[in-house]
This record gives sequence, C-alpha cells and structure tokens, in this order.
Amino acid sequence: MNAMTKTPTTPVLEIEDLGVRLPDHRAARPVLDGVSLTVRPGETVGLVGESGSGKSVACRSVLGLLPPGAHTTGRVLVSGRDVLTLRAKELAALRAREVAMVFQDPRASVNPLRRVGDFLTEGLRAAGTPADRAAERAEELLDAVGIRDPHGALRRFPHQFSGGMLQRVVIAAALAAEPALLLADEPTTALDVTTQAEVIALLARMRAERGTGMLFVTHDLELASAICDRVYVMYAGRIVESRSTDELFDRPRHPYTAGLLACTPRIGAGAPPPRPIPGRPVSLAETPPGCAFAARCPHAVPRCAEETPALAPHGEGTAACHRAEEGITL
Amino acid sequence: MTRFLLGRLLGLVAVVFVTSVVVFGTIHLAPGDPVTFLLHGRPATPEAVAALRAEHHLDDPLVVQYGSWLGGVLSGDLGRSAQYHQDVTALLGSRLPGTALLVGYAALLVAVLGVSAGILAALRPGLLDRMVLIGTGVATATPSFVTAIVLVSLFSVQLGWFPGPGGGAAEGLGARLHQLTLPAFALALTFMGLLARVTRSAMLDELGREHVEVARARGVAGRTVVRRHVLRNALGPVVTVGGTMLAGLLISTSIVETAFDVPGLGSLLVQSVTAQDFAVVQAVTLLSVVAFVLVNLAVDLLAPLIDPRLSPGEGPS
Repeated sequence: MNAMTKTPTTPVLEIEDLGVRLPDHRAARPVLDGVSLTVRPGETVGLVGESGSGKSVACRSVLGLLPPGAHTTGRVLVSGRDVLTLRAKELAALRAREVAMVFQDPRASVNPLRRVGDFLTEGLRAAGTPADRAAERAEELLDAVGIRDPHGALRRFPHQFSGGMLQRVVIAAALAAEPALLLADEPTTALDVTTQAEVIALLARMRAERGTGMLFVTHDLELASAICDRVYVMYAGRIVESRSTDELFDRPRHPYTAGLLACTPRIGAGAPPPRPIPGRPVSLAETPPGCAFAARCPHAVPRCAEETPALAPHGEGTAACHRAEEGITL
Repeated sequence: MTRFLLGRLLGLVAVVFVTSVVVFGTIHLAPGDPVTFLLHGRPATPEAVAALRAEHHLDDPLVVQYGSWLGGVLSGDLGRSAQYHQDVTALLGSRLPGTALLVGYAALLVAVLGVSAGILAALRPGLLDRMVLIGTGVATATPSFVTAIVLVSLFSVQLGWFPGPGGGAAEGLGARLHQLTLPAFALALTFMGLLARVTRSAMLDELGREHVEVARARGVAGRTVVRRHVLRNALGPVVTVGGTMLAGLLISTSIVETAFDVPGLGSLLVQSVTAQDFAVVQAVTLLSVVAFVLVNLAVDLLAPLIDPRLSPGEGPS
C-alpha cells in the first residue's frame, strides 16, 4: 500500500550492501558480505546458490529475522524504509501487512495442533482485519488458491492436508494482507515434482493477478528460470553474478553459474551428462583469500587466489570474476 | 471411539485382576503371623489360636481364600478389618475424604506452582531460569519426610502459622485446608519440581519450532505466539506427566500422612501393613491401582483433544 503512493518503478525491495556477521567464535567469515539486490513491483527475482551460500539469511533479513547475535551493516529497504532500524512494533506491522513469506516445508510452518482456519485468521487479525470479517476472508483466500470446499477446509487440521495442499494454504495466508512483496524460501523443495509445478504455477498466477514483487530463493537454477525475470547467484555470502534469466542461461559469465548449469541433469538425445562442481562449498569457519570459488574453479589463475574480484558490469548484468570477459565454455 | 473405550475398560479390569492376585500372594509371603496381632496380647493358647484362625479363614488354601475374597469384592463387600473390627468398606469411606482433600490440594499446588515456574524459566533465560533449575533440583531431590520435618519446625514450631501434626481433623473446610497446607506442600514439593522441569523443556522444545518463527514472521504479537503456539503445544507432555503424578501423589500419601498424623488412606495402609491386616491392605492397594488406571484413561481420553493427530482412526489422508 505504501508502494502505491510512490511511482510504480520504486523498488519494493532494495538491499544495499548488506553485511551480516556472527560473533567471531561462531564464524570466521561474514555470513553475508556486500549483498545488494533489487525487486521491483510485479517482478520475480531469483536468488540462487548452494546450501550455506547465505541466500536464506538474505531472504529472512527482509523480515528482520536474523541469526541470534548477528551484527549487520548496510540497509534493507522495503518500500523505502530500512527494516534493520525498525522498532519491534513497526517490524510486526511490516511483517503483517507489507512483506509475507512462504517457507520451505509447509508441515513445519503451520502449527499442527490448530485448525487451518485459525492459521489464516491469525494472520488476517494481525494485519487488522476485524474478527467478524476474517473467517469470510479466509474462505475467499482458500478458494483463490484452489482448495476444494474452502468452508470445510477452515475446520480441518494441517495433518488432514497433503503437502502440496498445505503449501497452498500457506500461500493463501501469505497473500492475505495483499503484501507488496512476497518472499519464497525454497517453497517447493519439500514437495513432490507434480505438486512443485502446481505451486509454481499458483505463485506465477498470483504474481500476475496482484502485481506482487517476489524474491524467489532456490538452489535450483532450472526452477528459477521457469519463474524468474532476473536471477542473482550467491556464493559464500556474496553475490557473484546477476542478470536476466535468458542471458544467464545463454551466456553465464561466472564459472560458478556455469558450473551450476552444467550440473543440472538434462533430458534428451545427445544431452551431456550432469557434471558436478568439484570440491565443496566454503564453510563459515574458512576465510579463503581472493575469490572464494577459486579452489573449485576450473578457470582459476594465480591472481584469483590473491585478489577478491569485485562485482562489475559484464554484458547486461554483473559478475564478480577476473576472467568474466574471456568467455566461459560450459 | 466406543471400541476404544471398551478396550480400555477391559484393560482396566485385567490390570486390577492381576494386581489383586499379586498383592494377595505377596501379603501371604510376608513374614509374621496375623494371629499374633489378633490375640491382642492374650495368651496364645492353642484353642484361642485355632478359634481365631477359623474365624478369619486362615487355614483354608490360598486359592479358596482368594476366591471368597474376590466373591465378596464383586458383591461390594471388601471384608472386615482385623485391627479395627469394622467393615473395610466403611473404614475406607471414613478415611477417603481426608486423603482426597490432601491429594487434591497437593495436585493444585503442583499444577499451579510447578507449571508457572516451568513457563517462567523457559521464557526468561538467564538468572531466573537458573534459579528455577536449582530450586527444582533441590525440590526433586528432597524426600517428603525431610520436607515434612523442615516445614513443621519452621512454620508450626517457630512461626506458628500452621498447626503441627496431631490434634485430629479440624471442623469446617477452611480450617481443614489450613491444617492440610503443610502436608500438601510436603507431598507436592517433589512433584512440583519435576513438573516444572517437564514444562520448561516442553516449552523450550516448542519455542524452537519453525512454526513459532513463522508466526512471528507473520507479524503475530509475541504474547499471542507464546499463548497460542508455544504454551498450547507444550500442553501434551505436561498433561501426560501431570496425570501420572496424580497417581504418584496418592501413593506418596503414606509417608506424608504418617508424618503429619493425617487420618487418611495412606496412614491406614501403613498401619495395616504393620498389623498384617490383609483385608485393608488389599483394599487400599486395589483402590490405588484403580485410581492409577482411571487417571491414565482420563489422560488418554484428553490426548486427542490436545493433539488432533492422536484421534483414534485419524491418519494423514
């Protein structure tokens, strides 16, 4: 609603140079280091990386959900206001009205002991819907996400739903307050493949109908390409590449992005077998000098281990690689 | 549901039957001869002994004794107390209210103080949590007769706030409760400590659940999250453990009633064991077992109301 009063091009989310550090004894390197990203109204932006890359931390920071004891630098602007400096009450209002999140595992995100109707009305009440209107609105929402017999569903418990149906309920709840920004943290990882497609289609439809901006966190580039307009690739707490989905697939500039694409299994005659990226991701206990990916990179040169590459414009997007201009063969 | 209830009732009967056999058998294995007590110091002439043995059917084979006792129980006759020369049913009837009041009082203390301490400890990590942990550690480790001695010397001898042991049952409910305060505390303390710890860890478990973080991430107020998601979900283990404690309280009354000279079932049991008053021991033990089984049944019936996933015939669809 705040976004409506501004020009439509004002980003719903602007993360500026976000750094997240844990106390020294818990992590040697920053969890996030100089992360900047933008989501405009109606745009779907992917945030892709392996586990431990910091993508979930970046996503949760938008709601002010930070690891305990974390120290932050930079800004997280939602419709122009910095989430990191909000007071508890303002933060609760922002969470209830402006930003909503769909989590990975619907079974874990809904209280198993309470009725589905309670789950929905609780969010609606927090967003200021009057009690007498909340039940009616909850039913409309369930209907909108394609739950059969929405009236009866309100009285049922989470264990009486399948995972996919429950994720629809979670999406319905996220859309309840008509947020300007929707965060989706691997929303299909815990679901089976057919349900995945349905949930993705539902998210795409909701985005199209309501003009909600969406930050879509996933480890799956293929999935990101299906739904996202632009993609940011993260490695060891930093953004290593960002560009439009089409360009990213046709011509990745960072060897890590290329590696992620190469290890996605493909179907079809003559398709190359998937090639895993050698080595393992950088843990929080390690602080490699230079480029964090150098140790696993097939294109690394001595300079990579000495000097950290900055994120610089390459093509229509950005990449953080000393050899980005040389062209990488997959 | 009906099937479930029927099954449970059948189980109850089976448990009570087995216990009665075990208790009956054990009592007769115990050393000593009830006749010694029944003689009341009169000279043990062979005639007197024989007369007493005949009167109490002590010469019949055990199976016959058990059979006649069981027949009596089924027709509502629990036998006669050898030491009180009174029907056991009437004896139990006169002792039951005292014990029921004591156990109810103690259960209330355990539920209110134990659960509150556990909740506070879980929600206020740091000094308060540590204090509760130490306090509950001491409470759990202190036997009730020690608590009884400390409470009596402090609150009735030194301060004079509560009456000490003896003096018979007070008239009127208020006076009776006042009189039972120290015994109830002595009885409750250990259980209070245990339940506080169970509540604390159940709360901490629930506080760490993802759906609690999700609720916060949805902008639901902190108090509401604690009440609707943390406290509500921690109820399961608290009720389950609390239920078995109720039965434990009943059994622990033996020590506390003896220490405070409360005329109840617990002190009656102790006296009857000493006097080898079979009929009374048997009846009190059976009563405890029935109470235990009934409490468990109540807990089982409550469980699906607390966690809908536990409803009989309920499964993920």
